[in-house]
Amino acid sequence: MKVRYFAWMKRTVGIADEEVAPPADVKTVGDLVVWLRGRSTGHAEALAEGAAFGAAVDQRTATFDVPIGGAREVAFFPPFTGG
Amino acid sequence: MAVRIQEADFDTGAELDRLTQGNKRIGGLAVFVGLVREMHVREGLHRDRIDALTLEHYPGMTEKALEDIEAEANRRWPLEATLIVHRYGRLEAGDRIVLVAVGSPHREAAFEACEFLVDWLKTKAPFWKLEETPAGEKWVGAHEGDDAAAARWEKNRQ
Repeated sequence: MKVRYFAWMKRTVGIADEEVAPPADVKTVGDLVVWLRGRSTGHAEALAEGAAFGAAVDQRTATFDVPIGGAREVAFFPPFTGG
Repeated sequence: MAVRIQEADFDTGAELDRLTQGNKRIGGLAVFVGLVREMHVREGLHRDRIDALTLEHYPGMTEKALEDIEAEANRRWPLEATLIVHRYGRLEAGDRIVLVAVGSPHREAAFEACEFLVDWLKTKAPFWKLEETPAGEKWVGAHEGDDAAAARWEKNRQ
């Protein structure tokens, strides 16, 4: 599965995207966040508890209880500031 | 119905002409053009001028999100034509960022749907602004007023 980071999260993690293969007990977006924190200090900081960020599963906005089984792409990003 | 994400500038007049061409059921066209405004931010004791910003987006998701928002406007109001053009990349003060145009037989629907589209795209489309100031780059934080503006359309279904 591809994980992508945007805006300041990309800078904090240090990469724009990565291929990951989380274990079977990582079932939801929230599980993935916890698991990704262990990958580096940048991940831990960007995905820290209380940090303001959202997620998308296969390019649709998703809450942290959304399952990621079968997902091709999960993205994390700060609140949108377009328009 | 059309959504475009592009780095290049757009010609507002030409876009509107194209949108309404050949459709004689349109009685009113409401248009919003968003521009980069010159701003000053306070950083401690300093006041910094923002000279330019870079708009980052999420290619693929951006199109889907804007198409969803446009489809929702068409469900809520009787619209004849809708157009959203949103730019990305580096923009300077005075540059156009976004064009939202809504054509309807009557003006009320056109005005309301146009405002709805602008409010929703600010909070539901994956764009992020990075401002350039003399002191360096700074990511723009989400604006609470934008969430409130978008939220009133959640309750107040037409």
